[in-house]
Amino acid sequence: MAKKLFVVLSVLIVVSMALAACAPTKKAFECTDPIGCVTYGPQDPIHLAAALVIAGPNETLGLDSLYGVEIAVADKGGKLLDHDIKITSEDTGCSAETGQAAGTKLAADTTIVGVIGTSCSSEARVAVPLFSKAGFSVVSPSNTAPDLTEAGNANNYPGYLRTAHNDEIQGAAAAKFAVEKLGVKKAATIHDGSLYADKLQQVFAEEFKKLGGEITAQEAVAPDQTDMGPVLTRIASGAPELIYFPIFLPAGAFVIQQAKQTSGLESTYLMGADGLFSPDVAEGAGDAVEGFFVSSPFLEGADYDAFKEKYKTKVGKEPISIFHAHAYDAANMIMACIEKVATKEDDGTVHVGRQALRDCLYATKDFKGLTGVLTCTATGDCANPTIAVYQYKAGEYPPTKFWP
Amino acid sequence: MRKSWWHKVTITDIIVWAIGIAIAVVVVYGSIMTLASGKYTLANWIDLAIRGLAQGAVYALIAMGYTLVYGVLKMINFAHSEVFTGGVFTAVFLAQWLATIGIVNSNPFLYWILCGILAMIISTGIAILLERVAYRPLRGAPRLVPLITAIGASFFLQYTYRGFYGSGIQAYPMPELFQQSIEFNNFKIYVSQLVVIISGFLMMLVLFSIVQYTRIGKAMRAVSEDKEVSALMGIDVDRVIVFTFALGGASAGVAGILYVMLFPIVNFFMGFIPGLKAFTAAVLGGIGSVPGAFLGGTLLGLLESIGPTLFLDGMGIPAPYQLKDAIAFAILVFILIFRPTGIMGEKLTQAKA
Repeated sequence: MAKKLFVVLSVLIVVSMALAACAPTKKAFECTDPIGCVTYGPQDPIHLAAALVIAGPNETLGLDSLYGVEIAVADKGGKLLDHDIKITSEDTGCSAETGQAAGTKLAADTTIVGVIGTSCSSEARVAVPLFSKAGFSVVSPSNTAPDLTEAGNANNYPGYLRTAHNDEIQGAAAAKFAVEKLGVKKAATIHDGSLYADKLQQVFAEEFKKLGGEITAQEAVAPDQTDMGPVLTRIASGAPELIYFPIFLPAGAFVIQQAKQTSGLESTYLMGADGLFSPDVAEGAGDAVEGFFVSSPFLEGADYDAFKEKYKTKVGKEPISIFHAHAYDAANMIMACIEKVATKEDDGTVHVGRQALRDCLYATKDFKGLTGVLTCTATGDCANPTIAVYQYKAGEYPPTKFWP
Repeated sequence: MRKSWWHKVTITDIIVWAIGIAIAVVVVYGSIMTLASGKYTLANWIDLAIRGLAQGAVYALIAMGYTLVYGVLKMINFAHSEVFTGGVFTAVFLAQWLATIGIVNSNPFLYWILCGILAMIISTGIAILLERVAYRPLRGAPRLVPLITAIGASFFLQYTYRGFYGSGIQAYPMPELFQQSIEFNNFKIYVSQLVVIISGFLMMLVLFSIVQYTRIGKAMRAVSEDKEVSALMGIDVDRVIVFTFALGGASAGVAGILYVMLFPIVNFFMGFIPGLKAFTAAVLGGIGSVPGAFLGGTLLGLLESIGPTLFLDGMGIPAPYQLKDAIAFAILVFILIFRPTGIMGEKLTQAKA
């Protein structure tokens, strides 16, 4: 009996020695990434985060994007490299304070590899540096402030990209539309002190002047202001032919309504930007919305229609804002790159190099998304938007495409 | 009196007076420059003044709620802005239903009256409930305690509305009649503005009469003077306080409907800014005084509307309306420097303060 056991043992020892000799060809994974790797065990889900505004007055903006992300995950069957996908969602509140809180919370979680967010440019200012430092790759569906992707700017952080169009594109398109399509020579602008609105109206004003127009006033209102009459009366004294106010709700609806009641502005063209592309505009401004222009990215095609169907099944209504497709693309870009750069072991463990993921995202080229064929610049601008101008009709939503 | 008057002047006095004079100089200089530039016609000014008056009437009615409660309880009811929101936000659903059956355009006055009654009922109900649940149990507590409760109640109510009615915006259908304007020689006034100004003024008269000439009004004034003694004289103090809250709630309900005649959009957060402004108006007019609330509200409305253009435009300051609140509050500081109790405020005696 003892002899038999001895034989078995010695055979085992020999076998294990032979195996050990083979080991160098199958050595353990070693992270060579300069800013580290994330490792997911065989049972761990791949962890992404969504830092969007999903509560409060601006929640439609972020919820819409979140639906886009969730549909992107569902399209993958909820699986990436045979791992489940986990999305941790934090509310960024569309303000610097909530953005900071959400950023701090998410940045502390080292299992997160990529973030879809943020919704508002003001949040990006505080949350993106935290994400960047934590080594995450961040793709924003709706930040539009130009400096976030401006080379050499302090606000351009490594690892930050966006599928949203830069304000410079939209502001310039609006100015071009005003001059070339409407033949307007004098315009006034209104902003609400937000980064988004201020930049857009600035870009618009510069471009408008370049095209030979005159800016009669650059006014500002508070985001929660209701009485626009005095501002509009003052604007009317310059007799502009168009007022450009790329602001949000409800202030935007009040401007639309009250401009119609201000002497001298009854027939002035009114124009906003994608912040006022919402069913609540038609609802809030009532009949005064007739003829109101908004610029917004133009989405079309069979893929988008198919997406919209999924959206409707999921949410039960038409898209509630405009950045769902951008969020869908952002999520898909991140997931595609994770698939590309991840190292997978036989037992299913997955390693993702953080810098490798960033490099892959920046190198995105001819990525077929819902918002167009995306190619990212070295500073992180990936959008390839066609900006169209839409016109509202009273009691109807969505507005109809007017230009080009 | 051996020391001459300037011995009593402290450095604080000098600084305060210097601020006051600086504000006055800026106001006078700016106004002269603007008027001299001739950029604005008389019609523009009248237009601004009408807007200011209409807005002021709404502020005044909300301010009533603050001032009545302060008069009786010596406490600031910071949840009053949510009493205002509650009525008008609830009535929007009635308004939208009335629009579907066509009453809005066929009988606009009935439409507003129905909405007004519902808003009044709801606001009054919330105000009474608020008093019963949040303030009465704390009546004997130190003064800061009900203040904090008020802030808590305010958040509670806000998010209750959000839970019930959603965080999106809702719009009041606007009758065609109310969108028309009456043309005068060289200016025009919208029917909605006219109705707001007139009904705001009438409502103030009603409230003033109730406080001044009715038995319950007399009781309110007595409780305001001295709660304990009034109780000894046979006044039911609890009833008087409930009545005060109800009166404030009802005027907030009316204020809500007048507000949406001007700005027909409601959301759960809408009460915050008007509430803050109305509180300011109450302080400006002299908190605790009914005519003071009226005067303060009207003055604040006019200042916000005319002030930026009149004071700043002439000095070439761009985008003066960004400074609307700064101007309104600078004037508030100016008035409080010279009349610390507000325009119509009574002197705070030791017993009351």
